[in-house]
Amino acid sequence: MLAYIARRIVYVIPIVISVALVCFLLVHITPGDPLVAVLPADASQELAAQLRAAYGFDRPLPVQFGLWLLRALHGDLGNSIATGRPVLAEVMRAVGNTVTLAIAAAVIGFTMGILLGLIAGYFRETWIDKVATSFAIAGVSVPHYWLGMVLVIIFSVQLNWLPAVGAGPNGSNSWAWDWAHLKYLVLPAITTSVIPMGIVTRTVRALTGDILSQDFVEALRAKGLHERGVFRHVIKNAAPTALAVMGLQLGYMLGGSILIETVFSWPGSGFLLNSAIFQRDLPLLQGTILILALFFVFLNLLVDIAQAAIDPRIKRG
Amino acid sequence: MRIKKTTRAALIVALALTTAAAWPRAVSAETVLRIGMTAADIPRTLGQPDQGFEGNRFTGLTMYDALTGWDLSSAEKPSVVIPGLATEWKVDDADKTKWTFKLRPGVTFHDGTPFNADAVVWNVEKVLKQDAPQFDPSQVGVTASRMPTLASAKKIDDMTVELTTKEPDSFLPINLTNLFMASPAKWQHFYDKAEGADAKAKSQAAWTAFAKDAAGTGPWKMASFTPRERLELVKNANYWDKARVPKVDKMVLLPMPEANARTAALLSGQVDWVEAPAPDALPELKQRGFKLYANEQPHVWPWQFSRVEGSPWNDIRVRKAANLCVDREGLKDGLLAGLMVPASGTFEPGHPWRGKPSFEIKYDKAAAQKLMQEAGFGPSKKLTVKIQTSASGSGQMQPLPMNEYLQQALAECYFDVKLDVIEWNTLFTNWRRGAKDPSANGSNATNVTYAAMDPFFALVRFLQSGMAPPVSNNWGFINEPKFDELVKKARQTFDPAARDAALAELHAASVDDAAFLYVAHDVGPRAMSPKVTGVIQPKSWFIDFSPVSIQ
Repeated sequence: MLAYIARRIVYVIPIVISVALVCFLLVHITPGDPLVAVLPADASQELAAQLRAAYGFDRPLPVQFGLWLLRALHGDLGNSIATGRPVLAEVMRAVGNTVTLAIAAAVIGFTMGILLGLIAGYFRETWIDKVATSFAIAGVSVPHYWLGMVLVIIFSVQLNWLPAVGAGPNGSNSWAWDWAHLKYLVLPAITTSVIPMGIVTRTVRALTGDILSQDFVEALRAKGLHERGVFRHVIKNAAPTALAVMGLQLGYMLGGSILIETVFSWPGSGFLLNSAIFQRDLPLLQGTILILALFFVFLNLLVDIAQAAIDPRIKRG
Repeated sequence: MRIKKTTRAALIVALALTTAAAWPRAVSAETVLRIGMTAADIPRTLGQPDQGFEGNRFTGLTMYDALTGWDLSSAEKPSVVIPGLATEWKVDDADKTKWTFKLRPGVTFHDGTPFNADAVVWNVEKVLKQDAPQFDPSQVGVTASRMPTLASAKKIDDMTVELTTKEPDSFLPINLTNLFMASPAKWQHFYDKAEGADAKAKSQAAWTAFAKDAAGTGPWKMASFTPRERLELVKNANYWDKARVPKVDKMVLLPMPEANARTAALLSGQVDWVEAPAPDALPELKQRGFKLYANEQPHVWPWQFSRVEGSPWNDIRVRKAANLCVDREGLKDGLLAGLMVPASGTFEPGHPWRGKPSFEIKYDKAAAQKLMQEAGFGPSKKLTVKIQTSASGSGQMQPLPMNEYLQQALAECYFDVKLDVIEWNTLFTNWRRGAKDPSANGSNATNVTYAAMDPFFALVRFLQSGMAPPVSNNWGFINEPKFDELVKKARQTFDPAARDAALAELHAASVDDAAFLYVAHDVGPRAMSPKVTGVIQPKSWFIDFSPVSIQ
């Protein structure tokens, strides 16, 4: 197992460097001036040249990449052009808020998804299956930003039960897991959870149906194993694939949703990316994309290891 | 007697208890005004805000003062420049590049240190003197471009400074509204504590710390700051202008870039005031008793014509025809639900820089068609023009529907309008490159809205031939000797009334020349709870929060 983990970690290194290169290049090939946040269009050429030099944008692209990578390896992602604040602190604070949202959404989405998927798979082709599947299809089909707006109109504007925007009565700095703060989380978490809920439902339904039709299940039943025991076997067999799907979904959620976080003014990584994109804040954009990509890479690593732990056949492959 | 004494004692105790119970409540009855901004982040708090004039509105004019300021006290009169931290100023009679500014006595920064000539010199040097310890490149762009001729500052005595410009420039007092005075002592405190490999790194660290715990001289003091989430300002009870000491105790600024989210926050009572509510929600807001405010802003939504060789806009009849062919009232009442003021120039009647143009910009389709026919066009021979625009962007209002409205309107005057829609930041960058650059993609007009707060931004950068790309924003390469002469005259006229008259002459000449297709002025719509009172929305990008109360 240790050799397997070591091998997977070695695979991660070239991926990380490629991710860094791709995110650097993607950000630099987009049109627009990287100094637009601090340099109005009416600034003189002399001033523009002075600032370009001050921020290092007058250097060749490979030099800029090398310097950026070197600093990044030392944990310094530079400072935001627009705000002057260190990028790493900005990104980590935003990621922390997105993790809070993602965990809440994962709890809702995965619990509902597993439950509905198992029920639908177990009662396949019955009305119960149809109801559960309808939920799943609605979950993946409804535009989540639209759903977010509808929830806000109903629960914030009309009923006044829950706050419409923000991450706590005094911002995310003073976040606590009490109702005064959790009520800010309810609507964005529900909105974020609908897609993973739909995907997990469909995956678990398909897996359950598939496993239940296999010969070993028949054999278990023929041996007289009670239905609860059969069910346990079904869950164990479905778990690796379901786990991989949930891992990917958690990765997406940890990446933050620009649309949901903007609709709810939730100060997470999606909100930060939105701001960085519109301000052409290259260091912030690069740093945010890099950190999110790394999250994805390491989450996949953890999922691989978890799968191998559950299903020993995987590490032999 | 004994009973009486007991009763009296009991009454005194009861009174004392009641008072004691009521006292903390009275003390803690803090009034708080919560505002949803359109910005996605809190504008920079270190003295020179980013995010354009919304930045100045929320983190500039609130926490800081400049040597000169804007009169924001009236919704009817134009907002003009008034004394700020300088009480008076004059240009040197012999050398028109030297100005003397007398400073306001008795002003202190929020950290208690005095405002004086040293502070002014320090603040000028933070953006102009590259070897000054406090020089901060991140503040230079948004400041130096707004006071393009300021060169240096020198202390004469504690309460007098001399400012020098690169060339004679009567606009300096107007430009200085953009240079906010931060506390040098507070910055020095952070600098002394900062860790860094060199002076530059220490300086940057000091500015980062200053932004979190800033000190200016303004009517509001920074209380707490959570980046990208909220800025809390408390009233500066010791503000030097007693008439402008804020009426509410605290103001909370919240970034909410999405219009529907802002509106929902207002409707659900999470905020008391939102900037630019969702237009679709206006009827509901009105119906639920929310107050709506709007007023003409110094903003222009134009088409800026290319005047390079071969451009169809070189014919003044074509330029005038376009200006006469647009039903601006129809645009206002239909598409924009009343949220615009029809533009008949950069400045409207009543403004000191309006002047008396002889060409009246209005809707007169017959006159427009006649002009086009005189220019050789008609129903069977349409004039094709191409306009570069964006799908969104700061100040662009609703660029696509508005341009499509113009496309339809101008079709009736024998124009065939093609739209080249590109991303906002790219359009903005192209603005600086000009009509001759390949980035114009064959367009012969560009649709970038502009702020018209001061003469340089409103007129000079577009009309003076020397401002053609790459120098500034004369995108279309206008080259009219008359404009150049009038710019020079305005810049070198130092009596304020005479300077305003010269600017009015320049503006009138630009309208007579139909230098732009003038379409609309934005009105800066705001919606607020009925609890909010005392709001005066001036004809400005800015607003004074000091007289605002909340019940």
